[in-house]
Amino acid sequence: MKKVFSRPKLLKPNPFHYCPGCGHSLLHRVVAEVIEEMEADEIAIGIPPAGCAVLAYNYFDVDMGEAAHGRGAALATGVKRVLPDHLVFTYQGDGDIAAIGTAETVHAANRGEKITCIFVNNAVYGMTGGQMAPTTILGQPTTTSPGGRTGNRDGFPLNLSEMLAVTRGSAYIERTSVTTPAGIRATKKAVRKAFEIQLQGLGFTLVEVLSPCPTNLKMSPADACKWVDTEMVNFFPLGVIKDITAPQENHDAH
Amino acid sequence: MKRDEKPSLMRGSHIVAEAAVRAGCRYYFGYPITPQNELPEYMSRRLPEVGGTFVQAESEIASINMVIGASMAGARVMTSSSSPGISLKQEGISYLGGLELPAVIVNMMRGGPGLGNIAPSQSDYFQATRGGGHGDYRTIVLAPASGQELCDLTYRAFDLADHYRNPVLILADGMMGQMMEPVRFPVLRDVQKLPKKPWTITGAKGRKSHFIRSLILDPGQMEEHNWKLIRKYEQITDQEVQYETFKTEDAKLVIVAFGTAARIAKAAVKRARAEGLPVGLLRPITLWPYPKKALRELSKHAKHFFVFELNAGQMVEDVQLALKGDADVFFYGRPGGVVPNPAEIARIISRQFFQKEIV
Amino acid sequence: MLIKTVFAGFGGQGVLSMGYVLAYAAMIEGLQVTYLPSYGAEVRGGTANCTVAVSNEEIASPIASTPDNVVVMNNPSLEKFQHQILTGGVMFLNSNLVEQRPVRGDIIVREIPCNDLAHTLGSDQSANMVMLGGFIQQTSLVRLESIQSAISDVFKEKKKAKEMNLKALNVGYDYMKNREENA
Repeated sequence: MKKVFSRPKLLKPNPFHYCPGCGHSLLHRVVAEVIEEMEADEIAIGIPPAGCAVLAYNYFDVDMGEAAHGRGAALATGVKRVLPDHLVFTYQGDGDIAAIGTAETVHAANRGEKITCIFVNNAVYGMTGGQMAPTTILGQPTTTSPGGRTGNRDGFPLNLSEMLAVTRGSAYIERTSVTTPAGIRATKKAVRKAFEIQLQGLGFTLVEVLSPCPTNLKMSPADACKWVDTEMVNFFPLGVIKDITAPQENHDAH
Repeated sequence: MKRDEKPSLMRGSHIVAEAAVRAGCRYYFGYPITPQNELPEYMSRRLPEVGGTFVQAESEIASINMVIGASMAGARVMTSSSSPGISLKQEGISYLGGLELPAVIVNMMRGGPGLGNIAPSQSDYFQATRGGGHGDYRTIVLAPASGQELCDLTYRAFDLADHYRNPVLILADGMMGQMMEPVRFPVLRDVQKLPKKPWTITGAKGRKSHFIRSLILDPGQMEEHNWKLIRKYEQITDQEVQYETFKTEDAKLVIVAFGTAARIAKAAVKRARAEGLPVGLLRPITLWPYPKKALRELSKHAKHFFVFELNAGQMVEDVQLALKGDADVFFYGRPGGVVPNPAEIARIISRQFFQKEIV
Repeated sequence: MLIKTVFAGFGGQGVLSMGYVLAYAAMIEGLQVTYLPSYGAEVRGGTANCTVAVSNEEIASPIASTPDNVVVMNNPSLEKFQHQILTGGVMFLNSNLVEQRPVRGDIIVREIPCNDLAHTLGSDQSANMVMLGGFIQQTSLVRLESIQSAISDVFKEKKKAKEMNLKALNVGYDYMKNREENA
């Protein structure tokens, strides 16, 4: 029989601890496949976060060094400055990168650190149990924004990727989703492009991935995907936000 | 150890920076704060000359996390700051401890609490010697008292850090950082010849992939990890205690002081000796591990201990713990950034002899 | 022997280099020496000072609450340090820029027209080395040759400044020597 589907070589044979319908498992697979396809497994170094993906080192079969909550970009800076020819990526959730680690991320982007941030945005704090995230959308209820997030009381959802795009050091920033097969293909393409731009030494790269969290949205996996595609995208529109390698007219469009 | 033939006249912060470079430090991450700005300034010029990298980070928190990254990647790496900045770095220092990563951290202490002032102080003793951040961990703490010692202890700190895979703290103060003294540096070390570190993350080339983590969810494993750390700390306590004694052989009263305070205390001992008073000095060079055995040994003939610190009384607790009530312990401190002159300390010594009818 | 000297003046008058050269010369002679500059917010107002301690045994504190010598290059420094100087201590003042004179009768005062002397050399900015020359002639804290070697080392990459500083040093030294001989 011909084998048509298998575990990526760079995912360890450990069962995922993620909830059913969670986007992390899909995204882990995407990142592992890209590293494998680029034959970059010997130079890849991953920086897992504090958050749901805190155990990412149990899955990725590449060198990994765990960061404190929010400090991924700073830690990655240290690694990359010592090993400038390596492929260094952080894997961070919305609370990690867009709340407690905003300063580290903005300044790594502004210094043009040649690293890639994989930013998983699911609009809620997963690991701590469903509290409000910096990216929780208006009207969305969480355990710390009862009745739904309001701008006046809770502040507004933060568009970190758009913020990072205005820094002079960022080279490539794209927002995708893993809620549909097409979205997963686009995510894979974006991750590959970000890694390539990093290895070309052109600057800071980031892929923001909208991802469903059925457990904390209190929805079925299918409904959670639908919610991302119809509600969340209104605050976080998909597409390339910055790409310094694109032809000039495309670049001007943003 | 081979050294430069000619001495150099440099300020303390520059001495620490140059000694680090000589020891093989090639990466520095930091954030400006008075009174240690000369250290990052020096590194920003010096490191590129030896193929190293200097990054001025956006905060102390970012810089200590850059240190963690560089250490994971196997480099000899340093950061420096002064009291309020060291408070910010505590998160990262706790991770360095838990992750068992080598790094050298310099604290040129200033007056506190809060913003305080920029005058010399020793009020971060508790923070330095008790770990400083959260969790059951210790940093090796070295307390230099001269320009030459700033050099030698910084140089040694990198070896200690690598050997024990543990953060090492250089605890000096604003005066030590600003003061110039002649110093003879060890010659530049060949970075290629430093011991290899097989545990680092450098890409899984020709070997299985590594991970370095401080999250250990299983309580049994976490406990095991903590006991492993404690065993390491016991080994350090056994082997790395360092101190200096001065005229303690026949002393009936022993001053205990470190760093800048110890310089003043030593001169006070000379004055008191000139008056015929049997007084000596014990100067801890490692503040952790603390020279408890040496203190207990001295308490066999000295029944009075006078702890002098540039704070409101911190190290005095370690002296009391070491002596277990077997001797009288007296404290005198100046907690605001004032460095008293030796005459002031000599007067207190004389008064102690008189009031307590020593001899 | 432990001698502490404070050098004080405006930033830009070279008071820190005076102290540094003296400390360097002491190092050449194998003496114990410390040099402590004022730092931080203290120097933002435009005044600068440093303390040099020279001794033949270990120096406890680089700080001088009661200095043996004070070198005063401007008026504010006179006011700040005239009450700190030790009884019997020596105050050196740049008579071209310091208008007042100390009120204390228990100290020795030595006046040097540093700016005038430097001007005759065509180098107004060398007033500090003129002062240092006079200072050394009076205090004999280190040998003149040691100061000359120190200047040669410290300014080895700035040939013109080195030559000018050595000249200025000698002018200050000779000025005080002549005054002594004519007194």
